[in-house]
Amino acid sequence: MAHDSLYAAPPRADAEGGAGRLATVRGVLGSWDAVIVVALVVAVLLAGLTVENFATGRNAQFLLLDLVPLALLALPMTLIVVTGEIDLSVASMVGLGSTLMGQLWLSSGLSLELICLLVVLLGAVLGAVNGLFVTGFGLPSLAVTIGTLALYRGLSFVVLGDQAVADFPAGWTAAVVRNIPGTSIPVALVGVLLLALLFGVVLHFTPIGRALYAMGNNDQAATFAGVSVARTKFWLFVVSGAVCGLVGVFWTLRYASARGDNATGLELTVVTAVLLGGVSIFGGRGGLLGVVAGVLLLGVLRNALQLADVDANALTIVTGTLLIVSVVLPNAVADVRARLHRRRQRARPVAP
Amino acid sequence: MSRTDAGAPEQVSATALTVPDRQRRGLTERLLAVRELSLLIALAALVLVTSVRNDRFLSNQSVKDLLLGCALLVILAVGQTLVIVTRNVDLSVGSILGLVAFATGSLFLAAPGTPWPVALLLGVGLGAMCGVVNGGLIAVARVPALVITLGTLYAFRGVDYYWASGRQINAADMPRSFLRLGNQTLLGVPVLFLVALVVVAAVGFYLRSYRSGRELYAIGSEPAAARLSGIPVGRRVFAVFVANGALAGLAGVLYAARFGTLDAAAGTGLELQVVAAAVVGGVAIFGGSGSAYGAALGAVLLTTIGSSLAVLRIDPFWQQAVVGALILAAIGLDRLLALRTAARLRGRSAHGA
Repeated sequence: MAHDSLYAAPPRADAEGGAGRLATVRGVLGSWDAVIVVALVVAVLLAGLTVENFATGRNAQFLLLDLVPLALLALPMTLIVVTGEIDLSVASMVGLGSTLMGQLWLSSGLSLELICLLVVLLGAVLGAVNGLFVTGFGLPSLAVTIGTLALYRGLSFVVLGDQAVADFPAGWTAAVVRNIPGTSIPVALVGVLLLALLFGVVLHFTPIGRALYAMGNNDQAATFAGVSVARTKFWLFVVSGAVCGLVGVFWTLRYASARGDNATGLELTVVTAVLLGGVSIFGGRGGLLGVVAGVLLLGVLRNALQLADVDANALTIVTGTLLIVSVVLPNAVADVRARLHRRRQRARPVAP
Repeated sequence: MSRTDAGAPEQVSATALTVPDRQRRGLTERLLAVRELSLLIALAALVLVTSVRNDRFLSNQSVKDLLLGCALLVILAVGQTLVIVTRNVDLSVGSILGLVAFATGSLFLAAPGTPWPVALLLGVGLGAMCGVVNGGLIAVARVPALVITLGTLYAFRGVDYYWASGRQINAADMPRSFLRLGNQTLLGVPVLFLVALVVVAAVGFYLRSYRSGRELYAIGSEPAAARLSGIPVGRRVFAVFVANGALAGLAGVLYAARFGTLDAAAGTGLELQVVAAAVVGGVAIFGGSGSAYGAALGAVLLTTIGSSLAVLRIDPFWQQAVVGALILAAIGLDRLLALRTAARLRGRSAHGA
């Protein structure tokens, strides 16, 4: 990314971590992942004990349902940021997918199954346009996706204007909010978990995943190591688009409304969640577990504070502060460690 | 980089900085000059086509509205140029604008007798404070500005909402003299636009003619090289964020004067529009090239597209899509230009050898 090289990449706090078996455990869990998971557990416990109505099944259902779009979008975003790129057009692709679904349902007479499929395909095509500009023409993804952010959002208003389509069949709209029988866990969450598992396996346990990290650390070195950087990045953008299409379908059915401004501004929340999850905006670092925990942490905090009667809009203070702390803290810790290390080394020759 | 060649554009690309060969610099400058010129041509063509279709587009009132409409975006785009040139970005400008606008309104609510210049100074000061927070955090955290300003985008906006807690400030709460600032004209030109022009001229002159202004380009071209050549990179970047915050504060005060009605949502989503204006204006998102004049023209072009679509009776919903297409075209053009410059320079050095 364009903004990476102004400051040297922060020193790794866990670089000299234990050898052998410990190192592999650390490789999977990473120290930041652990921090964020602990923070999540603490947040859930605190909220459950102190906030009224937090630890109820109904609240859990809504909390999880609200998190589905964010969680889904964060998955491909994680992979993209790991390669050192970014996709800011995700929310606009969700919006365009949603309005297209509305327009097709209104005027085409196709079955809803086919429409959903078409919307996911359209998402993939929109993502391919992003990918073409970034990898084919060699343009910075930040600028390209700011452009397509405006373009796709504009097109989504072109498709439906300021109208809303709301007459989707009740069976479908009820289906997406349905719980697993006997629990208060939405069925949709199973889909999210399966996808998260898929993305996690690809990122952490396949050569493709290793290649993504290699690209994020050094494009050129990855190329010389035989990774087809451009092609891989292109397909990442396509996958991101397809997931956006899927989220567009979910969003439309969940709120039973297809509108041009659906999911406006969500892109920044997605990026926030990914960075909070410990993925470095420099690329090359971070894991999916941290991101999932980051998404959950954001959701739990927002939900708990809302139940505690904090104005929903003022909650963005929490989002922003969390993001800043998540990037400032690891660096501060690394700094202190480095200083202590240096002092110890200086002290050594003096000692007998 | 002397002040005498007034006809040449003030951008000097990375190549020109590192290869101080007069001939080459002339060539690079001529190539890059295309940007301001092409923006002006695009703007002229747009105005021409629109006014042919509807002659009221060039009426006094309509031009006045247009200038009034683009003033704030111009100020913000020029500030953003300072930041982007150093290979950073400030996403929090929309939130700073909103916060300062609401603060200005609250000031008049609390102390109705405040003269407007005091409010203006306080607003700019508050904006600069926000810039200090941004710049300070970036210096401490050593992470890309994108991440930090994404965080402060939320934080400042949250503070704004927390402070406003649903209240709205109306024009009736503010003194007449202040509101007149937002709508008054001087010789037919809105005062707001004149303020924007002053900002453009000042920043443009600074970037072009001052040593520290040139250093910003050096930082954006290659931070490591800039540091090695003795430029205080950290201090410059910090100063740039403070300056951009102050300009966003200025825009916030002017926003309050122009619209009168204020709530905590003022300026939401403006940041991407601002970045878009700068990018369309030829400020490379990679840093190291671009000018305040280009960014200002980009902002004017984006605003004009909005109003000409309305005049041309094109569905206003197309506006955003057109803006998006324009951004893609602009960065594509930049890339093409850069490739061609590189190819030509390579050809020259081959001849030279």
